[in-house]
Amino acid sequence: MSVRKPLPHDAAPLHVTGAARYVDDIPVPANCLHLAFGLSEHAAGTLTDLDVSEARSAPGVVQVWRPRDLPGPCDCSPSNHDEPLLSGKHIQYLGQPVFLVAATSHLAARKAARLGRMTVTPRPALLTIDDALAADSRFEDGPRIWEKGNAAKAIDSAPHVLDGVIEMGGQEHFYLEGQACLVLPQDNGDMVVHGSTQHPTEIQHKVAEALGLPMHSVRVETRRMGGGFGGKESQGNALAVACAVAAHATGRPAKMRYDRDDDMMITGKRHDFRIAYRVGFDDEGRLLGVDFTQYARCGWAQDLSIPVADRAMLHADNAYLLDNVRIESHRLKTNTQSATAYRGFGGPQGMLGIERVLDHVAHAVGRDPLEVRQANYYADAPVDRLDTRGPSAPSRSPEGISGPKKHGVGEAELAEDMASRGAASVVPAGPIPDQGPGQTTPYGQRVEDFLLNEMTEALATSCDYAARRAAVQAWNDANPVLKKGIALTPVKFGISFTLTHLNQAGALVHVYQDGSIALNHGGTEMGQGLFQKVAQVAAQMMGVSMEAVRITATDTSKVPNTSATAASSGSDLNGMAVRAACAQIRRRMAVHLAELFENAPEHVVFDDGLVTVGGHELSFAEAAKLCYEGRVSLSSTGFYKTPEITWDRMKGQGRPFYYFAYGVSCSEVVLDTLTGENRILRTDILHDCGASLNPAIDLGQIEGGFVQGAGWLTTEELVWDAQGRLRTHAPSTYKIPACSDRPDIFNVALFHRRNPEDTIYRSKAVGEPPFMHGISVLMALSDAVATCGTGYPMLDAPATPERLLAAVQRVRDGV
Amino acid sequence: MGKKMHIQMTVNGKAEEFLAEPRELLIYTLRERLNITGPHIGCETSHCGACTVTLNGKSVKACTVFVAQADGSEITTIEGLGTPDALHPLQVAFKEHHGLQCGYCTPGMITRATKLLEENPNPTEEEIRFGMAGNICRCTGYQNIVKSIKAAAAEMNAAKEAAE
Ligand code: FES
Ligand code: FES
Repeated sequence: MSVRKPLPHDAAPLHVTGAARYVDDIPVPANCLHLAFGLSEHAAGTLTDLDVSEARSAPGVVQVWRPRDLPGPCDCSPSNHDEPLLSGKHIQYLGQPVFLVAATSHLAARKAARLGRMTVTPRPALLTIDDALAADSRFEDGPRIWEKGNAAKAIDSAPHVLDGVIEMGGQEHFYLEGQACLVLPQDNGDMVVHGSTQHPTEIQHKVAEALGLPMHSVRVETRRMGGGFGGKESQGNALAVACAVAAHATGRPAKMRYDRDDDMMITGKRHDFRIAYRVGFDDEGRLLGVDFTQYARCGWAQDLSIPVADRAMLHADNAYLLDNVRIESHRLKTNTQSATAYRGFGGPQGMLGIERVLDHVAHAVGRDPLEVRQANYYADAPVDRLDTRGPSAPSRSPEGISGPKKHGVGEAELAEDMASRGAASVVPAGPIPDQGPGQTTPYGQRVEDFLLNEMTEALATSCDYAARRAAVQAWNDANPVLKKGIALTPVKFGISFTLTHLNQAGALVHVYQDGSIALNHGGTEMGQGLFQKVAQVAAQMMGVSMEAVRITATDTSKVPNTSATAASSGSDLNGMAVRAACAQIRRRMAVHLAELFENAPEHVVFDDGLVTVGGHELSFAEAAKLCYEGRVSLSSTGFYKTPEITWDRMKGQGRPFYYFAYGVSCSEVVLDTLTGENRILRTDILHDCGASLNPAIDLGQIEGGFVQGAGWLTTEELVWDAQGRLRTHAPSTYKIPACSDRPDIFNVALFHRRNPEDTIYRSKAVGEPPFMHGISVLMALSDAVATCGTGYPMLDAPATPERLLAAVQRVRDGV
Repeated sequence: MGKKMHIQMTVNGKAEEFLAEPRELLIYTLRERLNITGPHIGCETSHCGACTVTLNGKSVKACTVFVAQADGSEITTIEGLGTPDALHPLQVAFKEHHGLQCGYCTPGMITRATKLLEENPNPTEEEIRFGMAGNICRCTGYQNIVKSIKAAAAEMNAAKEAAE
């Protein structure tokens, strides 16, 4: 049994000895070129002259490319063909690559990249949401609007109405390993690319397109990334294309690694948003109608902004049943870095919108925000839908071959295992609310697996919410300066790519004649433990120990046409593909061995490193050897596509998500109302990973996601000056959470409940959902500020000390 | 090109000698000249700690030390802490207690933690958190890093007691 175990990350022994290789650690041939971009000093304007003669004659420089020296536009866009590698005449943002330098060392290239002379006729830059709105500068022809019920009517006839706006900043990924790429030219003009990327297939595609090669001439390999978080979904394209251009032109290997400042100046970040709302509600704080207007600042190129803005709309309900809701979304084009994917992909922004509404409404009706949240929740799913532990139909699974006794799919046994591990009670206490047919999201998807009523009760009890709420109150009554706040907030996050065709994955499994197994799939490893989880799936399927399984680097020549490792989908998709490949091989082996030992294939059992056929017992290695000698193919591909999803994004109708992942978190903070300084005193999280494939890895994702989410909403502030220059382009000015910022008390638990949908061993995706637990910190700060007077804090994010002090002032003034 | 300087240093117990520009940064010396790639480059401005090594008994960030400053010094990197068969207790603890995700910060974290435990063999959780505040991890949220260091401290103290 290898799934469900809290095994360490597969590369941990390499990491702790410094032996794990990242792109920058790969030894390069002596003639390798090192690249750097010369960057624009203006945010908008026309480039009338570009003089690179000084750069060309700088020490160590081998070649310099202006736009016109490139073999073509060398587009780097993942979506819209609007991202030329180098800006042509039209400068689009401050920091945009304008020319490319290749030199004999990294430092020589960087020095020369400062020596370009650009003559630019500046144009007023559109930097802010307001600038873009005034100029009607946007992607798509107008705002996207989705509606359910009649929000305007419901709000007008509601007993109470509130208006408000929340501004939320973007976020720098700060993957600890900056963007990096190495390209090695091959014979026949082929290229081998080593990229730190979440999306090898797209790199392959963009490199092939730039050089006019078919995709089979480009092979991309990604062993691991030093963090990705969405920042390496499309932002690595430029480095790969640049290296390929240089390698193609010179015949020499080319490597590019962004220096941290360049990385922050050039690459896109999380979208900052403004969300305006108008809400109608009753005396109890039940929402009767909500109208949202979301403004996303997308930067200069389209990149992934459309699906990001869509996902913000798709999370505008979060955990709440809204009968009358209207969501309008503006995707604004500005002269700033092109905002891109970042953990949650718009979901956190949409979710923060409605969480602010709930907080505001609770303040207005004078109730505990938690009660108001609960009063608006969707109803929990009936238990018979969730508890699917009964005999699972083996016919649905492709691998029901190894007999009833040990385990085909292993589902029944795994379910037992879950129960025996003392998982949280499977049967919820109290009556099950009836789930009427009307329980749908604003986009018409039925919410059939809702868990948050039960989870909220469980967390409120385990973290002692009521008593601590009273203690906070008592503290605040006694202390005029240091104010405490507490908040418990839910997360409901939709799992699947909203671009339906991306929900597919492939795998390639080889069994060698010594019984060792090599495994390849389309997912990439960025620290999330995907390789480990998928290896556990393979070991489980073949009934071998983890040592028998080796996952090799992601490689476009082994598994083609892969989707980005994104949308939290890595183990859902690739785990299933690997399972299918293993099932195929196991079936072939079973058929052969059954024939050999005159038994039936369904009596061949793979378990514990052994293969048993009737009374015969073989080691897996012996079985593999016999199959090899019997001329059985021991290699197979596997493929998976997510079932049941359909989505019309124009109408905003359908089932974009296969299922939802849930969680609740409670944070308590203390705020110095004279300085704005604050601390997280305690955070408790209960999170749903379905039947976890690896509880230790999942806990790590939850803890890391929460801290990153809290960073987004508190200390991580991006500041652009009036010229459009990002002023926070280094860790000296951009503050990501340090070890000392972690909550004093931090309790994280998994909510063990099998996914009612047929995912890989009934687990759930975990990459993005926990990020949004950070919202409880912002809401706790709002709670602390609110104790200073009668007004509502209207706290924007990130809640820096400056913003907190301003909010304290607003509350004191009673506005 | 500036004038080259004759440099001597001992890295992970091995004597090294070479000519280098005095302003060459130690992280480049290690990574590019000596092929010691465990210490990583995260920011090159002494903020992230990915490049942490031990220089003459002190934790330093190799991205902001000139090679000239390191002349004649004794340096230990993650590669010098243990071998695959005989890992340092901190290396074992980071592995077993999931003190890493992407692993990019890990060599610097562990190298810094060895010094922390030398300075304070029995740190409280608070002391660990502040003692490690110069090393950034973007992945783990630090929970398991603190846990790993605590576990290693307990292990090392137990071993010391047993030896006494
Ligand atoms: S690279 Fe040296 S501290 Fe970041
Ligand atoms: S494990 Fe990724 S930065 Fe620490």
